[in-house]
Amino acid sequence: MRFLFKTDYEDDIKLFPHSGYVVSYGILLAFLLIAPFVLSSYLVSQLVFVCIYATVGVGLMILTGFTGQASLGHAAFLAIGAYTAAYLQQYNVPFPVYFLAAGLLTGAVGALVGFPALRLTGIYLVIATISFAFIVEEILARWETVTNGNEGMRVKTLSLFGQAVPRDGPTFYYLCLAVLVLTIVGTLNLLRSPTGRAFVAIRDSETAARSMGVNVSLYKVKSFAISAAITGLAGVLFAHKLSFISPEMFTLQLSIEFIIVILIGGTFSLHGAVLGAIFLVMIDPFLTYLKDDLPGIVAGIAATFGADSITAGKIHGNVAAIASANGLKGAIYGVIIVLFVLFEPLGLYGRWLKIKLFFQLFPLYKRATFKRQKIYVKSERNR
Amino acid sequence: MSYFRAENLSLHFGGLKAVDSVSFAVEKGEILSIIGPNGAGKSSIFNLISRIYPPTSGKIYFEDQDITEQPAYDIAGLGIARTFQNIELFENATMLSNLLVGRHRHSTTRLWQELLFLPSVRAGEKMHRRRVEQVIEFLDLEVYRDKLISGLPYGVRKVIELARALCSEPKLILLDEPSSGLNVEETEDMSFWIRDMRTELGITVLMVEHDMTLVNRVSDRVIALNYGRVLAMGSPSEVQRHPDVVAAYLGA
Repeated sequence: MRFLFKTDYEDDIKLFPHSGYVVSYGILLAFLLIAPFVLSSYLVSQLVFVCIYATVGVGLMILTGFTGQASLGHAAFLAIGAYTAAYLQQYNVPFPVYFLAAGLLTGAVGALVGFPALRLTGIYLVIATISFAFIVEEILARWETVTNGNEGMRVKTLSLFGQAVPRDGPTFYYLCLAVLVLTIVGTLNLLRSPTGRAFVAIRDSETAARSMGVNVSLYKVKSFAISAAITGLAGVLFAHKLSFISPEMFTLQLSIEFIIVILIGGTFSLHGAVLGAIFLVMIDPFLTYLKDDLPGIVAGIAATFGADSITAGKIHGNVAAIASANGLKGAIYGVIIVLFVLFEPLGLYGRWLKIKLFFQLFPLYKRATFKRQKIYVKSERNR
Repeated sequence: MSYFRAENLSLHFGGLKAVDSVSFAVEKGEILSIIGPNGAGKSSIFNLISRIYPPTSGKIYFEDQDITEQPAYDIAGLGIARTFQNIELFENATMLSNLLVGRHRHSTTRLWQELLFLPSVRAGEKMHRRRVEQVIEFLDLEVYRDKLISGLPYGVRKVIELARALCSEPKLILLDEPSSGLNVEETEDMSFWIRDMRTELGITVLMVEHDMTLVNRVSDRVIALNYGRVLAMGSPSEVQRHPDVVAAYLGA
């Protein structure tokens, strides 16, 4: 186990508390940089999705994880970013300009959503953000002069400084990676400054934050705006990656997927956003695999246990019907959320911390270390 | 003119008069205690001062400025810090970040500077950290710097809350039952700190307290409240002997 001896206030501020972090993150970054040359193009494409989802995850983490304001409307922010890019691209606006424009516009919309959210907490805020997402979805479908309605919009190949950046190429992957890394660094900077601490203060006790001089309303709006802006930036990359966008891509299910990203990753750290994104991107091909192969596997098992061919065929048909049923994906997501909330409330990153501590303290690890404890009753909480 | 003044302050919840036209003044550098039975309106007065509730009527003045209509977050900016009866710390943060939130009213950095963590932000952070360290030393909290609040015992949390209030470098501090939940020794420490706050840091103290030993030891003046009204005002011994106060505590 390592003991840190701090000798300077700088030690509390710096991003990497000790050299071990520099080494491990350096190795990770080196791997990510050579990834396009060693991994198959399918895996690189998946990595691009991980970067995009993780960027959204970081944005949502600022709002939900650190400021404590739930949102089920982030698909709408993603949509606004994506449509801004697609729209401005038609007029030959260069990428850096519409990338920033998408971030600014989404941030402004986020601030607007933040204002009514000032008076709402908990489940009411969730409902308000869902309604906002539905409104945006409807506008995208109806405002045909701009969004081309339900027919959707084509997104041309990204061109950066006169160079075409195909969505399957390594350059696009590096672009997404750079956006993710910069977002994470910016967020970490924010979290170690007064604004980030004000966010956490609002999450834990609004009354105390207010009595310490934090303008709670202003910081909630700021949190909404920052979170939305980051999601909007991710939306631009999302549009380029898919090369086609239409309103039905930005539904409630996508917002729920973003919630899964931060919930399963762990709602208290940025690691969680990245781990959750990896989990979410991985589970999709896994579900597709199950859908195709599960009926055969189950029927095979049934056959080995002595089922005749007619029964095996029936089983095959039934399992196939279940596996390809509508909305099965949503149901599986729901089950995953429930299981994580019940059994691993700190998410994947929390599990990683537990494993790390187990080896650090071996053989003295106590399971109770991470146990949720009952906090004494707050009888007169001011809200 | 007094340093801090409440004039005919009232707070009514429907027919219930939690605070009923209370007037008092606090002089600069004074330690003033508010005592009274449960439900007398002591904490309500604090919540009125820190603008958690808007008063039904009445005025509050601080340094000759009317602060009755100030938004709640401005009160800290004026130099009035407070602690809470039931501890309102930021549970899932370390003690250091809790104390640094106390420095919030002194932060001058802008959002874009913070995103890039410019040298000005870094310098500001170090300055805040240095001030926080002074408070940590003042209240003997060195061992808890990087500990999460959720894992700390009640007595320590109480002191940390006081530390957070001190970090904002207040001119007037409102202590809501500083000794509740503390043992005899911790209460003794608290009484030393309260007096040191006045003598060393020059902070005026207004506190609500039930522990009469602590009240007697530190207060210059005492106000006794019951049913939202002032029963008596004066030195600790005067107030304790006042027939109305005896009646309020022991029954007629």
